[in-house]
Amino acid sequence: MATLARLRTAVPRRVSLAPLARTIQTAADTTQLHQDASHSEPFTVKLHEDSFRGYRTDTPSLDVEVTKENLLKWYKQMSVIRRMEQAADALYKQKLIRGFCHLAIGQEAISVGIDSATTFDDNIISSYRTHPFVVLRGGTVKSLIGELLGRVCGVSKGKGGSMHVFTEAFQGGHGIVGAQVPLGAGLAFAQKYAGKKNATFAMYGDGASNQGQVFESFNMARLWNLPCIFVCENNKYGMGTSAERSSSNTEYYTRGDLIPGIQVNGMDIIAVHQASKFAKEWVNSDKGPLLVEFVTYRYGGHSMSDPGTTYRTREEIQRVRSTQDPIRGLQRYITEWGLATEDDLKTMDKAAKTEVDAAVEEAKASPFPSENELWTDIYSAGTEPASMRGRDREEVHLY
Amino acid sequence: MLSPRQPTLRLLRTVPRLRHTSRRWASTEPPPAGGHSNVIGTSSLLKSTRDVALRTQGLKWVDLVDSDPSRDMVGRETRKMNMYQAVRDALSIALTKDDTAVIFGEDVAFGGVFRCTMGLAEEFGRERVFNTPLTEQGIAGFGIGYAAMGHTAIAEIQFADYIFPAFDQIVNEAAKYRFRSSGNFNAGKLTIRCPSMAVGHGGHYHSQSPEGYFMGAAGLKIVIPRSPIQAKGLLLSSIRESNPVIFMEPKILYRSAVEQVPIDDYEIPLGKAEVLRRGSDLTVVSWGTPIYSCESALDLLAKPPPSISQHVPESLRSAKVELIDLRTIMPWDVETVVESVQRTGRLVVVHEAGRIGGVGAEIGAEIQKKCFLKLNAPVKLVTGWDTPVPMQYEKFYMPDNIRIMDAIVETLTY
Ligand SMILES: Cc1ncc(C[n+]2csc(CCOP(=O)(O)OP(=O)(O)O)c2C)c(N)n1
Ligand SMILES: [Mg+2]
Repeated sequence: MATLARLRTAVPRRVSLAPLARTIQTAADTTQLHQDASHSEPFTVKLHEDSFRGYRTDTPSLDVEVTKENLLKWYKQMSVIRRMEQAADALYKQKLIRGFCHLAIGQEAISVGIDSATTFDDNIISSYRTHPFVVLRGGTVKSLIGELLGRVCGVSKGKGGSMHVFTEAFQGGHGIVGAQVPLGAGLAFAQKYAGKKNATFAMYGDGASNQGQVFESFNMARLWNLPCIFVCENNKYGMGTSAERSSSNTEYYTRGDLIPGIQVNGMDIIAVHQASKFAKEWVNSDKGPLLVEFVTYRYGGHSMSDPGTTYRTREEIQRVRSTQDPIRGLQRYITEWGLATEDDLKTMDKAAKTEVDAAVEEAKASPFPSENELWTDIYSAGTEPASMRGRDREEVHLY
Repeated sequence: MLSPRQPTLRLLRTVPRLRHTSRRWASTEPPPAGGHSNVIGTSSLLKSTRDVALRTQGLKWVDLVDSDPSRDMVGRETRKMNMYQAVRDALSIALTKDDTAVIFGEDVAFGGVFRCTMGLAEEFGRERVFNTPLTEQGIAGFGIGYAAMGHTAIAEIQFADYIFPAFDQIVNEAAKYRFRSSGNFNAGKLTIRCPSMAVGHGGHYHSQSPEGYFMGAAGLKIVIPRSPIQAKGLLLSSIRESNPVIFMEPKILYRSAVEQVPIDDYEIPLGKAEVLRRGSDLTVVSWGTPIYSCESALDLLAKPPPSISQHVPESLRSAKVELIDLRTIMPWDVETVVESVQRTGRLVVVHEAGRIGGVGAEIGAEIQKKCFLKLNAPVKLVTGWDTPVPMQYEKFYMPDNIRIMDAIVETLTY
């Protein structure tokens, strides 16, 4: 695989950049082996020196301890997630999925990397590009696809669809841009109040970062020293508007005023893992909130109705896909470090495909929700108004 | 995503109340694939020839060619446009004639989600048609500030569902600016456009009809057009109106409603309802998309297909039903509706939003007050259900022609 890393060794990078303008690099495969990779013991690898940048804080260590088991697990997760997103794409085109549907293809390292550094007692709350978290945080491919199809087996019983997915360890799935961020501050406060050593990852996009409520949340989190990690998933675009056109300051990790921040190569799963671990340790040592910006890229259009090529060039997309793909980057680590062969990984890819295909068929076989579901979950059970207007003779549903 | 079941008819009050059983549906046909809303494209309410278009009721040319209105039509041209093209046409005229006019919103420089601003940035410059950050509260507040300087602000909120982050700015700043400053300042030159209403599968956050939430905000006007000709004329009036206006565009009509639209600058007055069909037995009031379902309901009433004819008493089939498009939701045309109900004695109000706290409730209250002694039946509301707009049952959420016809029959036989 042609990689930027290889090319880079020939180019003296530092010379070519102005001294203070070092930018984050977003290749997916620039981490170097430090010692021989062990098949049974943890071993250390070294991230590229431009994997992080800091604002009011030091950056995480470039030396990362990993295990073969974890690397293979992450590969499997990313592979399943991408298959699943591709399946959603196909189902949408067959008109089996209606409504709105946003895919995270290209951004898989972020969900997998955050999940790898957290437990189910940590909170993750995000926007509508969140299918991956369902399978990572207690749901299944079937329950995700089922939700997209609007079927009973879906994580929200088919009542929500793509933008409304939740699991017991994932606080959702929010379609109003920016609205989940203050919720994240509240989740974090609850953890702090209960004296728990857990973190909340409150995630939003580069576009969302300009919503007023994001800044309001920053202020509360700093003021009350909340264990809240504000995660900006900077995929360079908010619908058709590029980060440069939407944001006066595109260094999203510096936008928290008194809240320190780090910027992270969001295409290298190992960097994402390291940053997420760093962030969790940060809030757990009572340092208060932290901003984390993952620099990444969305391969497809914003949603299914956007081809994604009117406001950016095909070359730009192609360049990222071919040189910065997080899955291919990890694949390279695994094979070059002798942890598994390409054939082993191909077998895993096939298994992922089989798993997703089977889940799609199972989800398709699941029924649509019954009409009664129209009235459930509006008020808590037993507290409903005596009647509610809905579909029946008198236009009244009696509870 | 249609359920195999079909909306019911509950015409004969003697029929015992039935539970939801599939037997109940056995005698009726399955619903058509597109649901029960009739095909907007073939509506007779849409004006498809130049002559009819130029005779649009209340249409007022802005640049008079001839002081005699009957001769002023000569030489006026029309062009076939769908609703997003008509909106674009209005915006283009506003930008051409008013140097202070600017358009801003999320992705509007690229044409916006529904293409209403397509090419305007290229034509008028990026300093006049520009993308904002994702910041609805900011968009509204920024627009109020710009308008307060006497400039024309045309803001777009990408979907009506996303107007809520701007709710405070609209209700507390835009609506009250004049009152609070006792006339020193106002946001009258602000118009906020937003795509509204359902498309059939938009779900919780792409299909709402939030007009009712704004109705009590004294100082605002709320306008909802039903067609391309209406959209252009009402939008130009809204932009030039001296009060802040929320202009909600039923998004399903952007492409499906096509008319011959006069290409010149014209306005259609705000605060005036339009009587689309004359009648003496019952009045139906609606706005936006459901207007077409109402039209279809009247057709069903007159000529019920065999599958439902048993539910439509022969005696009602020749009923003369008056159909009114309210157009301006605030301030609504009380006079026209009252005059109509005084004659018909019966009123059915149809809207997509849920009933509780909806616009229909306000209309009903006013009409029972003003027409109490003339009413022969309670004011009937046909609305969305009082649930969130569901993704799975969106087609059943929207008041369709069957439900409307059913309400008409019930009200006529009260
Ligand atoms: C309040 C609100 N305004 C507008 C929208 C429409 N909308 C949905 S996603 C989006 C772009 C968001 O971009 P970004 O935050 O960068 O996230 P990304 O889609 O890139 O993951 C917009 C404008 C919305 N859902 N909510
Ligand atoms: Mg983005």
